[in-house]
Amino acid sequence: MTALVEIDGLVKRFDSGPAAIDGLTTTIKSNQVTGLVGPDGAGKTTLIRLMAALMTPSEGVVKTCGFDTRENPEPIRDVIGYMPQKFGLYEDLTVMENLTLYADLRGVVGQQRKDTFERLLAFTDLARFTNRLAGALSGGMKQKLGLACAMLRSPKLLLLDEPSVGVDPISRRELWRMVYTLISEGVGVVWSTAYLDEAENCAEVVVMNAGRVLYQGDPKAMTATMKGRVFFARGAGAERREGLSRALQNPNIVDGVMQGQSIRLVTAKGAPAPTPDILGVAAPVEIVATAPRFEDAFVALLGGASKRTLAARARKILDEKAAPPVEARGLTRRFGDFTAADHITFRIERGEIFGLLGPNGAGKSTTFKMMCGLLRPSEGAALVDGLDLAKAPSAARARLGYMAQKFSLYGDLSVRQNLEFFAGAYGLSGARRRDAVARVVDAFDLAPHLDANAGGLPLGFKQRLALSAAIMHEPPVLFLDEPTSGVDPLTRREFWATINAMVGRGVTVMVTTHFMDEAEYCDRVALIYRGKAIATGAPEELQTRVRSDALPNPTLEDAFIALVEENDRQRGAAA
Amino acid sequence: MNARWRRIRALIIKETRQVSRDPSSFVVAFVLPALLLFLFGFGISFDATRLKVGLVIEEPTPAAREFLVALSNTPYFDVKESSDRRAFVDDLAAGKLNGVIVLSGDFSARLSRGDTAAIQVISDGSDPNTAALVTGYMQGAWASWREQRGLGAEASPPGQIDIKSRFWFNPELQSRRFLVPGSISLIQMMIGSMLTALVVSREWERGTMEALLATPVGVVEFIIGKLVPNFVLGMIAMGVCVAASLFVFDIPLRGSFLVLTAFTALFLMVALSIGLLISTVARTQFIASQIAMLVAFLPGLYFSGFLFEVASMPAPLRAFARIVPAYYYVPGLQTIFLAGDIWAVILPGSLVLLAMATALFTLTARKTRQRLD
Repeated sequence: MTALVEIDGLVKRFDSGPAAIDGLTTTIKSNQVTGLVGPDGAGKTTLIRLMAALMTPSEGVVKTCGFDTRENPEPIRDVIGYMPQKFGLYEDLTVMENLTLYADLRGVVGQQRKDTFERLLAFTDLARFTNRLAGALSGGMKQKLGLACAMLRSPKLLLLDEPSVGVDPISRRELWRMVYTLISEGVGVVWSTAYLDEAENCAEVVVMNAGRVLYQGDPKAMTATMKGRVFFARGAGAERREGLSRALQNPNIVDGVMQGQSIRLVTAKGAPAPTPDILGVAAPVEIVATAPRFEDAFVALLGGASKRTLAARARKILDEKAAPPVEARGLTRRFGDFTAADHITFRIERGEIFGLLGPNGAGKSTTFKMMCGLLRPSEGAALVDGLDLAKAPSAARARLGYMAQKFSLYGDLSVRQNLEFFAGAYGLSGARRRDAVARVVDAFDLAPHLDANAGGLPLGFKQRLALSAAIMHEPPVLFLDEPTSGVDPLTRREFWATINAMVGRGVTVMVTTHFMDEAEYCDRVALIYRGKAIATGAPEELQTRVRSDALPNPTLEDAFIALVEENDRQRGAAA
Repeated sequence: MNARWRRIRALIIKETRQVSRDPSSFVVAFVLPALLLFLFGFGISFDATRLKVGLVIEEPTPAAREFLVALSNTPYFDVKESSDRRAFVDDLAAGKLNGVIVLSGDFSARLSRGDTAAIQVISDGSDPNTAALVTGYMQGAWASWREQRGLGAEASPPGQIDIKSRFWFNPELQSRRFLVPGSISLIQMMIGSMLTALVVSREWERGTMEALLATPVGVVEFIIGKLVPNFVLGMIAMGVCVAASLFVFDIPLRGSFLVLTAFTALFLMVALSIGLLISTVARTQFIASQIAMLVAFLPGLYFSGFLFEVASMPAPLRAFARIVPAYYYVPGLQTIFLAGDIWAVILPGSLVLLAMATALFTLTARKTRQRLD
């Protein structure tokens, strides 16, 4: 095992602001996957670009495959493969044209090219799509093509920048399998990711946060430091959200998250195992030790979850209508002869968090848009508090708050101006607007940033602001579209603590996501696949459903994949 | 085949495929030129035909009638008639008439005496251009009418110089004849600068630049890969423009096609290098198109002398015009079309364009970054 990249005292600064990478010394080895793990903005992309000699270090030295990236960048380009975040494909060229272009650029010609193409097309399973435009491929297929283009010249070092973003769990698993095949052929792979669960697939990790290295080495060793500190509290039932926020106040607890019906608790170093009474719930609670995971260690390294709970002062929603707050009745949407959503039916109870789960292109966005009244169903109805979104759109929409995936805030307006604008957009004026703004400023602790421009806020504050803008009119129903993708675990915990507090006050929440982390916060999920809701139930129920001898302890992701594959098999059998 | 040539060829093929599949490059290369050509060929004209004038005949004599007929028969005037000048005052004020011509009561008497001030021309001074046209055309019409009647030109006192204007190269002074060649320069700028800046910034926007930079492709190879297809596209557009000029707008090509092509190729090289230079700073298509508009298109429109006379601009603007490539290209182009291969005009222009292209390319090759920071 030789050193492919040697990094010594690396500092990278851009014109303004703090260093993007602040003092990094590490070695990337061949024949293994090295994970660059950290949330958005941690410095992962910058580090990969520095290794690819696309950037020069401000201080320190980066040597890739023995060549100094500052002095001698040209030879590096011959020995590395690099897949940038958007895969680096020409979307208006076909699969074959993309491959040919990169083969020409990398000097793969003649018989060698023929063999390479054959091998890569078989490897990526793209042989059927060689004449399709790259832009018309699904996320998972684009990713495979990007990987194929990066591997044309059998690189010594393969740099993959967030290859799993926007890719569903099934494609993600396939990609990992492909990468392991490469490792066995002697390639060194650097894989950057914001998903902490991917860290455990790596032989070594460099864990980064805000330009600093938190940990480097074997991820299992990092996870192992948490041994004996992680527990499940089961049985709190409906009170589990309050129980969690109470437990987090305990000085012995550094982290806690919902996992379906259970609460995952992490104790401080040297603290005793938690007792049921820290949850303060009436129902009998059982505490069992469980195996730590990488994220527990990551959060503990960052100093644990925030102890504050926002939105605790939000007003309780008192309206108790008989109609279910959210209901989909045979929701169907056709585009030409393609059915994007096919008779989707579910009902969300008051104070419930409901998740729409599914791979990209499965129809969950279509369903979500119909639930928001942004898209008219071809058949069926979407109802909020008994009001049909197609028939009484404004009355129904007044009862729901919507937070988009990319926070739709005005970056050039201050926090206060954003809030006032959204209050106005919801039809609040005069004293009611002032009250509404004052209420969310108080509930979400926005006062210190009121006059700062929204665009310059740290991610966590942006998210808080987007949420406060969405609930300005105190809607009893809240829709969230992938609210915490790419967000660091601490900010994500804070966000979900806020949502939990709101749910405790009677708000009903619907989330779309393809992240298992987010799905774990849901009371129930509907798994959408090929336009149909193929399974609906509590996360545990889905896990139980797929439990087998081969999978004695399925995770939610395992359940997801197993259910999708089962559906494919049934379809195959029926056809 | 040498690895470098293979890379260049691959980039050219890729670029050509993209151009041929991208509707926006089709619009920039063909639809906009056609639009511009027709706008300048048919829409904009500095010639006045059918000027609306009111003719006041205070006393209807045969001579006055004859003058009315003569005036109505020219293509320049659209004549309304009245016996009272007050009938036209409101129309003139409202802009419905461009001018009023008054033949006073003693018109025939003065005419037979050979007096000079036999007619009065009142024109709308709020539009000085048209006012001058009305006055000028009226004088011409008046002079030719007198001549026809055998009265001779207004008796110039003996020994004084008699000035007669004669326009060479564009005898009818059709503005289309210099507007159309001028607009070819705008089209070349659009394809050369805007399209090139757009296609490079698109690579940044879509993240493909990053992938290219991590391959063995060098700066010069990348630049050539972008230049060749856009150069060909520009030359095709030139061909279309020249064909349109000759066959649609009936503009003569008095110089040789070869000289026209070579001279245009030089200008296109300057335009392309401006586009590449823009793309070294612009990372989004929006910014690239804005910069291209400001530094390439608008100066080409204002300072090439085909719409506005540079010689009559204030000194600082005249100085600025000298760094605008179209300032050298448009006069040369107009010369090749309307006069012929006049080397005294074309050669100096070519040398300046060559110098500009060389300087800009050197700068571009130096500024094009092979890194992301």
